[in-house]
Amino acid sequence: MTCLPQAKSGAKKLGLVIDLDICVGCHACAVACKEWNDGGDFGPLPDENKQQREPFGVWFNRVHTYDVENAATKQQMTVHFPRSCLHCETPDCVTVCPTGASYKRAEDGIVLIDEDKCIGCKLCSWACPYGAREYSEVRGVMQKCTLCVDRIYNETLAVEERQPACVLACPTHARHFGDLGDADSAVSQLVAAREGYALMPELGYQPVNRYLPPRPRRDQRNAVAKAQEEKIDLDQLPPLLRWVDKLLSR
Amino acid sequence: MHPALSVIFFTTASGAGYGLLFLLASSCAINPASISLYEILTMLALGLLFSSAGLLSSMSHLGRPERAWRAFSQWRSSWLSREGVIASFSYLPALLLGVLMWRNDVWIAMRLCAILLAACAIATVLCTARIYSSLKTIHAWHNVYVLPAYLLFALLSGAIWNIAVRGWFSSVCSVEALIATMLLLLLSVILKLRYWRFIDTTRSASTAETATGLGRFGQVSSFERPHTEQNYLLKEMGFVLARKHAQRLRRLVLLLFAATFIVLGMLLLISTSLLSAVLATLAAITVSIGLLVERWLFFAEAKHLVTLYYDTRQR
Repeated sequence: MTCLPQAKSGAKKLGLVIDLDICVGCHACAVACKEWNDGGDFGPLPDENKQQREPFGVWFNRVHTYDVENAATKQQMTVHFPRSCLHCETPDCVTVCPTGASYKRAEDGIVLIDEDKCIGCKLCSWACPYGAREYSEVRGVMQKCTLCVDRIYNETLAVEERQPACVLACPTHARHFGDLGDADSAVSQLVAAREGYALMPELGYQPVNRYLPPRPRRDQRNAVAKAQEEKIDLDQLPPLLRWVDKLLSR
Repeated sequence: MHPALSVIFFTTASGAGYGLLFLLASSCAINPASISLYEILTMLALGLLFSSAGLLSSMSHLGRPERAWRAFSQWRSSWLSREGVIASFSYLPALLLGVLMWRNDVWIAMRLCAILLAACAIATVLCTARIYSSLKTIHAWHNVYVLPAYLLFALLSGAIWNIAVRGWFSSVCSVEALIATMLLLLLSVILKLRYWRFIDTTRSASTAETATGLGRFGQVSSFERPHTEQNYLLKEMGFVLARKHAQRLRRLVLLLFAATFIVLGMLLLISTSLLSAVLATLAAITVSIGLLVERWLFFAEAKHLVTLYYDTRQR
């Protein structure tokens, strides 16, 4: 049923917290995601023209890199930005589905596609502003991030491995997985401490995933300018240092 | 948005079909004696032909058309599902109307059937329009102009095909019907011009800054894309060709509408039945081509919010 499950207070909301401060843009999360999901319960993720020019295929995770410039201070920073399904609380991608293939799980809030019911009309991908859904031309169905639902409850895996592949692969530990519906969970406390935010809140889809903003950068240009502004009374210096200053000032 | 020909043909053809069925059904409901049986059956057949051709074409847009029957299940939440349900249901009153007219006896049942068919025709076009206008992700679709435009264009193309069919049955179309159709055409042009001004002068509240949440630090511009090649998102939502040729194509639409208007005006002055039938068919063809171009632009000019992640500097 593509109607959304009744929202209950205290319900589990599994999701990711992505730390933009320490993401180095290595694409390990994207590659690990592709690798796991190609062979996972919702796979495969076949590519077209794999070994040729213009390869084309489904990825659940895409890492952008942005330049952010402050108009007033001209301060710039580079931010690596992984983009994947945010497992929204009230997503239109679920309700627009005509077949019931697209659904949101009541028990943990994960948004999934039943690929045996999907007719490949692509309407859900039109309804998603975050580009979370990609259509597989080869399989004729829509595919999306499953939050590694076939890992996180998988009792054949060691407890510490019951996490999404992207989280395990991240070498800088910029990705965190947990229950964002529980205010006491590690991820919720991380979000509270670092003022984590949701993407495009104005659309009202209430994404579950949170992004942690980059910490303020040291302003290198101001430091240089400050050093230049400092005045030294050369007359106060001993002759040897005066000579050193003269030498270095050349 | 990528203008898939199957969807463009579907929305225009089924629009014309349901427009035709609506007009036929309303005249049957109001005054069934005013039209001859063969005219009714021809119009019914043409209306069903157009809408069925459209529905079949929309099936070719699907990745798994053999599962299309599943689309009848989610009418509670999905406009696409509602459209499928009502469009399929409308065959029932349409065929029943044909049978009852043929038997020419049960007038009350026939009128009820006609009212039901008219309602189904409107409801189907309404659902089609809502599929697009309910998408918050596409500024050019999520506005007040889209729903009336779909209804008006369906009615317009239906009305002109109606005149064409009547022309071939040498029943001269009334001056009132011709003038009403010309007014409908004028109204459509005004609505489209207002729509184009709306999409040219307004923009979505979302920007690259809200999409990334990095607006608090400054202006966001793309430094490096996640992939060097195209992906599904860029092919489907990042279609750019139309915006380059938008002005020229808009002029073409207006030109075709103006030509239709002139031909309809000529029909007012001509009494020869063969010539008027030919001219009315010409008008139906020009308005249909105009609507196909208009619908192509409706898709191709529409920009999806996901493009903000790729093309951060948008107009």
